[in-house]
Amino acid sequence: MDQFTLNLLFVGASFALYIGIAVWARAGSTSEFYAAGRGVHPVTNGMATAADWMSAASFISMAGLIAFTGYDNSSFLMGWTGGYVLLALLLAPYLRKFGKFTVSEFIGDRFYSKTARLVAVICLLVASITYVIGQMQGVGIAFGRFLEIDTTWGLLIGSCVVFAYAVFGGMKGVTYTQVAQYCVLITAYTIPAVFISLQLTGNPIPALGLFGEHTASGEPLLAKLDQIVRDLGFAEYTAAHGSTINMVLFTLSLMIGTAGLPHVIMRFFTVPKVSDARWSAGWTLVFIALLYLTAPAVGAMARLNISELMWPNGTDAAAVSVEQIENDPEYAWMATWQKTGLLDWEDKNGDGMIQYYNDANADLQAKAEANGWTGNELTKFNRDILVLANPEIASLPGWVIGLVAAGGLAAALSTAAGLLLAISSAVSHDLLKGQLTPNMSEKSELMAARISMAAAIVVAVILGLNPPGFAAQTVALAFGLAAASIFPALMMGIFSTRINNVGAVAGMLAGLVVTLLYIFLHKGWFFIPDTNLFTDADPLLGPIKSTSFGAIGALVNFIVAFTVAGMTKETPQEIKDLVESVRIPRGAGAAAADH
Amino acid sequence: MVDQSAQTPAKAKDDDAGYWSTNIRIITICLVIWAVVSFGFGIVLRPLLSGISVGGTDLGFWFAQQGSIIVFLALIFFYAWRMNKLDREYGVEEE
Repeated sequence: MDQFTLNLLFVGASFALYIGIAVWARAGSTSEFYAAGRGVHPVTNGMATAADWMSAASFISMAGLIAFTGYDNSSFLMGWTGGYVLLALLLAPYLRKFGKFTVSEFIGDRFYSKTARLVAVICLLVASITYVIGQMQGVGIAFGRFLEIDTTWGLLIGSCVVFAYAVFGGMKGVTYTQVAQYCVLITAYTIPAVFISLQLTGNPIPALGLFGEHTASGEPLLAKLDQIVRDLGFAEYTAAHGSTINMVLFTLSLMIGTAGLPHVIMRFFTVPKVSDARWSAGWTLVFIALLYLTAPAVGAMARLNISELMWPNGTDAAAVSVEQIENDPEYAWMATWQKTGLLDWEDKNGDGMIQYYNDANADLQAKAEANGWTGNELTKFNRDILVLANPEIASLPGWVIGLVAAGGLAAALSTAAGLLLAISSAVSHDLLKGQLTPNMSEKSELMAARISMAAAIVVAVILGLNPPGFAAQTVALAFGLAAASIFPALMMGIFSTRINNVGAVAGMLAGLVVTLLYIFLHKGWFFIPDTNLFTDADPLLGPIKSTSFGAIGALVNFIVAFTVAGMTKETPQEIKDLVESVRIPRGAGAAAADH
Repeated sequence: MVDQSAQTPAKAKDDDAGYWSTNIRIITICLVIWAVVSFGFGIVLRPLLSGISVGGTDLGFWFAQQGSIIVFLALIFFYAWRMNKLDREYGVEEE
């Protein structure tokens, strides 16, 4: 059986499973559509939240970004897990106690203002749509690879699948399918990593193999990697190169953003009790950590494998020949990925070999001239293909490659579906039913939810054709936006009775606008290429890149909210009582009854 | 803080302010640890830990790529356990 058929088989079987579950658990009432009737066990909820959370960015993109940058991109690892501490300690139990369906409902009620609710909806939509763009990028790459077509076609086909899939079930369908998706994606991520870790270090646990010994050379794996990348003129893997300030702010943005993203927070509305909401955050992180502890190993080991494939006889001997790339089955993955347009090479100096090195490094110029190299000949290696190509790079069996394709799609699909659900509930539940047409019937509310999903996909596809960065970087922008707008409002709503309606609205708007502006200045207006005034290589404010600005935006939000609240009318007593009641778990069950 | 409330269960009832300030104290302690392992050991204080080597690199690198995640997990489970206990001490748990 050839690889293409095998991929189709794995992807097809996993899809049949998800659709089967979605149909079996089809949502009937609006309550089930949004929150699964609050009957979900913390462990089940944790697993589903983990699938919802770990998207194309975590599965497909993150290890690639770590592989090619090394230590500096540890921010992704700390940021996307550390946010759960904030979520568990500062938000989840209280939002569950409050007992409504959506984040903007909480903001609207706590800040006793329809305007606050509307602003929250806008913030949610901006962050969620940016996030969906990143997912669609991942979907495009995964479909492009396994159908062996250009990523643009992959993106278009993928978006149809995502839409059909998200429209079928609401939260309940999504909860149980997401459990299935978690199982598929974690297996798909772990199995190749175990194989590769065994090959390189003899240790079956990749997280331990990363700090273990490289069997072939007898040196520690990371020392070996540092030496190889140094020989090729690249920055040392384990050393810090970027600005410390930027790394701190970037990590913080990802953390705060995690705790401010609507599709994750919504999950904690669906557990039965406040105490379960606390455990649920922990279980979620357990399931996330299984992947996140493996990811740095995947990145480092893949970088080592790629370097050794390009220099099969060591960095001082001859590079891999074009003939070998074209004919040796070990290099077959390069031709397959060339079809997606995300990998390319060119024998610039016509010596029949492909030299892969850092041609921007001045120290390597002498060596390059002496050997007749005229530039790096592995001309294109999109970071986002690394995880999907990894089993092929390590020459693993065909079924592992099929499994990884299915896992990548599971990750992208589950998050895209969760986000679309958050978007559709924001539009139909908060915007239409909550503001414009309060007398809307349940049936038309569900219809509006589905139409808004379709609209969101169209926008995401159009923007996803010209993405503002690699998938994980696009997603990082979405986190910055959520960090600057939603998280501060939620936190102040629970921990401070001083913040009033005007303060919250001013804070959210200030945080959102300033962050969006900073992102657009660096990434182009509405992400349209070449409309940017600055680049992340030379940012407007010192070392602070656009992906790191969320933390600053959040600070602006807090300052503006406190200043404005201090100058305007005090919070009414009944709202202070509401805040007091949200802080105490007692009596949580009754709150949802009016829906 | 554990002993105080355990010794005076009768007083603890209906003391919502006491419950909340204990909660804030627990949160603060957890968040200090959260910041020290990630922003501290993983990033800013990494040069100070460079003398301690772990598998071909230093302890700061380990904290940045694995250690902080493990500590985060421990923090969340500790908080859930501690708060569910605190709920019962103050009699504010759900029915």
